[in-house]
Amino acid sequence: MARNGVISWRRRSSDQFDGSDLSPCGSEEVHVLAVDDSLVDRKVIERLLKISSCKVTAVDSGIRALQFLGLDEEKTAGDFNGLKVDLIITDYCMPGMTGYELLKKIKESSTLREIPVVIMSSENVLARIDRCLEEGAEDFIVKPVKLSDVKRLRDFMTRDVGDRVRSDGGGTTHKRKLQESSDVSSCSPSISSASSSSSSSQPTTPSRSPSPSVSLSEPSSPSPSPSPRSTGPRSPSSLESPTRRLKMSSCCD
Amino acid sequence: MDVAQLKRQLFEYTTLLFHEGFLDEQFTQLQQLQDENNPDFVVEVVSLFFDDSERLLNELAKALDQQNTDFKKVDAHVHQLKGSSSSIGAQRVQRVCITFRNYCQDKNVEGCLKCLQQVKHEYSLVKNKLETLFTLEKQILAAGGSAPM
Repeated sequence: MARNGVISWRRRSSDQFDGSDLSPCGSEEVHVLAVDDSLVDRKVIERLLKISSCKVTAVDSGIRALQFLGLDEEKTAGDFNGLKVDLIITDYCMPGMTGYELLKKIKESSTLREIPVVIMSSENVLARIDRCLEEGAEDFIVKPVKLSDVKRLRDFMTRDVGDRVRSDGGGTTHKRKLQESSDVSSCSPSISSASSSSSSSQPTTPSRSPSPSVSLSEPSSPSPSPSPRSTGPRSPSSLESPTRRLKMSSCCD
Repeated sequence: MDVAQLKRQLFEYTTLLFHEGFLDEQFTQLQQLQDENNPDFVVEVVSLFFDDSERLLNELAKALDQQNTDFKKVDAHVHQLKGSSSSIGAQRVQRVCITFRNYCQDKNVEGCLKCLQQVKHEYSLVKNKLETLFTLEKQILAAGGSAPM
């Protein structure tokens, strides 16, 4: 059920997405829960997701995310009126509960652990990426998030939703499917640190054609946009070491 | 000025901003997210950035004015500013933030204060330029031109 092109959304509410925009989601639309404490980033990610034909709920903290998912009140997520979440995309560095802590809580929950979680971070730190992937994150995106990042996620989500519906709910089925789909998904070939962002700037779209393989040992593309955004899932060991690693910020572990 | 002239002016201005490093490819990304159903997307995001930045710059001034500088707090604010400037493509602001964070990690008050001045300066530059850009766009629309981006 490939869905391509942009479905234009009629805006029902204001553009500021601080709480949840709840409407019953009985359809095939992919529903993404976006978690980010930055208002600017929430606005951007919301738009990126909507333009990629996703339904979006954006919240500003891990706590609110858990509330939305029904975890904090000790209800099972299944009681939640069909507000099914198909993907959670969360910032890593947030005050209070970090994205990593949110990830752990979700993976510890029997009802929610099936939901793929993607981590976003402005810091390209290998240890952080590893930790997140080990904890069960499906992917790790280096900010700023681009349309190509979201489009890539969208592809494996769509496939995934169908699989999850058919699967017996076992975690392994889910993971295997992801691994398969990751082989055909396009991944940017390498990572560079956020601090080495492009110095050549031009008003036209930089060409950054994603490579069809998940091999992450290719050199950076020679085009003027040297910073591809994300790693593939499950392959931290084959990452190119980032040219410059930023120290872990003090705002989160 | 007719629409064609205005459009050329906008194009040249935008190109200049990219060449001078005020904006980077992330700004182009945002422009691509704008369409006839969301014609004000870029302006809206940038306005959020302005509000957020002004708040953070105030917080930074306060934090650096304290007797015992809380560098963790300063760093947290700079981190936020770095993030939002990166998200809209305000490259020069983002770059100063990187230097700023290094001074925070070194607990260097002098360095931090210098960076604060620099980041305020870069912020006000990019703010002016973006406002000029938006004004040009509005002129084009007012002159009957279509959405210029």
